[in-house]
Amino acid sequence: MTRSLLVIKTLVFCACLAPFVLLVLRAFEIGGLDLGADPKAEVLKTCGMTGLNLLMLTLCVTPIRRATGINRLVTLRRMLGLFSFFYLCVHFLTYIGLYIEFDWSMLLEDIGKRPYITVGFTALMLMVPLAVTSTNGFQRRLGRRWVKLHRLVYVIATLAVVHYWWQVKLDVSDPLLYAVLLARLFSARIAHWRATARKRGASVDAKAAMAPTYQRVEPP
Amino acid sequence: MEVTGQCGKPGTLTLEDILKPHALEERVYRHRCVEAWSMVIPWVGFPLADLLKRFEPASGAKYVQFFTLADKQQMPGVRYPVLQWPYREGLTIAEAMHPLTLATVGLYGKVLPNQNGAPLRIVIPWKYGFKGAKSVVRIHFTDRQPQTSWNMSAPSEYGFYSNVNPERPHPRWSQAKERRLGGGLLSGTIATKIFNGYGDQVAQLYQGLDLIQNY
Repeated sequence: MTRSLLVIKTLVFCACLAPFVLLVLRAFEIGGLDLGADPKAEVLKTCGMTGLNLLMLTLCVTPIRRATGINRLVTLRRMLGLFSFFYLCVHFLTYIGLYIEFDWSMLLEDIGKRPYITVGFTALMLMVPLAVTSTNGFQRRLGRRWVKLHRLVYVIATLAVVHYWWQVKLDVSDPLLYAVLLARLFSARIAHWRATARKRGASVDAKAAMAPTYQRVEPP
Repeated sequence: MEVTGQCGKPGTLTLEDILKPHALEERVYRHRCVEAWSMVIPWVGFPLADLLKRFEPASGAKYVQFFTLADKQQMPGVRYPVLQWPYREGLTIAEAMHPLTLATVGLYGKVLPNQNGAPLRIVIPWKYGFKGAKSVVRIHFTDRQPQTSWNMSAPSEYGFYSNVNPERPHPRWSQAKERRLGGGLLSGTIATKIFNGYGDQVAQLYQGLDLIQNY
């Protein structure tokens, strides 16, 4: 890894960790910080929003890379994705520990009867295989299947925005913003996919004609 | 504040007129929000019944409706159509006249701040908090069940009665437990009680009424 890349990755790592550090400071009421009147709700919300924001950032990487030509950005995406998973695990654990207090029957009831929890829980579960296969080793071993598996991120992001939308009491302006952003990210990808469809068709034929094993792993 | 509708003595009163005849008392009530947090609050006020009797509600006046101030200058949120403004709420006459129902002017020994509903708000401790109209500027006696703002916005979620009931979930979340505020991050949740624990005093108001259907 080049020096500059190491510096950038370290900075991004710290930036991703900062919200968690801030949350801990607030929980222990250090430096005059606190979690406000409803601390459980504050922790739940902060972890959820940070996780969602990081998830949206992972989806921004490819459009920005394509627009700017800075291919190196791809190396940051895994870090953002894993941090997103981290925050959403804390979000879920907060719910389990502080809201339903490890009452597993209540968890099952919530997953079964409250649609926004069904959707949120599903999104989190779908992130698990992505987190597990995020390593270089898995990416090599799975090859083209890795790309297909990681396309699940589109489903996850959609479910996450729906989860957010459905738990709002009435003012949907914030989830709406995320829905709009998601729509734009999707349309950017669809546009790119359409534009490169013909090219891809031609190159596959040419490569097949060239014989053995040219395996090109296209990022999702 | 205006008093209108089916009563013998409608009119407009200043805050002084409203408060003068009544001795203020401190009432320590549980407050349960529909969003599943709760607090114990020492309110300062006097029985709403004593106020309403002054206006001589007609025998046909089965309901009381409350309207909140909707002043875009003082209340920037009112500029957005989150709910249909002005905020309105309503009670049956029996609920409004119940000894627990408080015409409230203060809390924690101090005058009610704006965000808590200055200068006069209603507190009905056995119902979800949103039932207690704040900054009341009009009281209206009527014979028909009045419109209430949250019910207008989401009828399947917020009913006219909105009595605290752990057996009747909000369509989107459970009401079986509540987060009691003030205990810190690790304080446990509490099991929610029917009528917010005021059942012995208010259950008789709802005899024969199916509280799941009449949520």
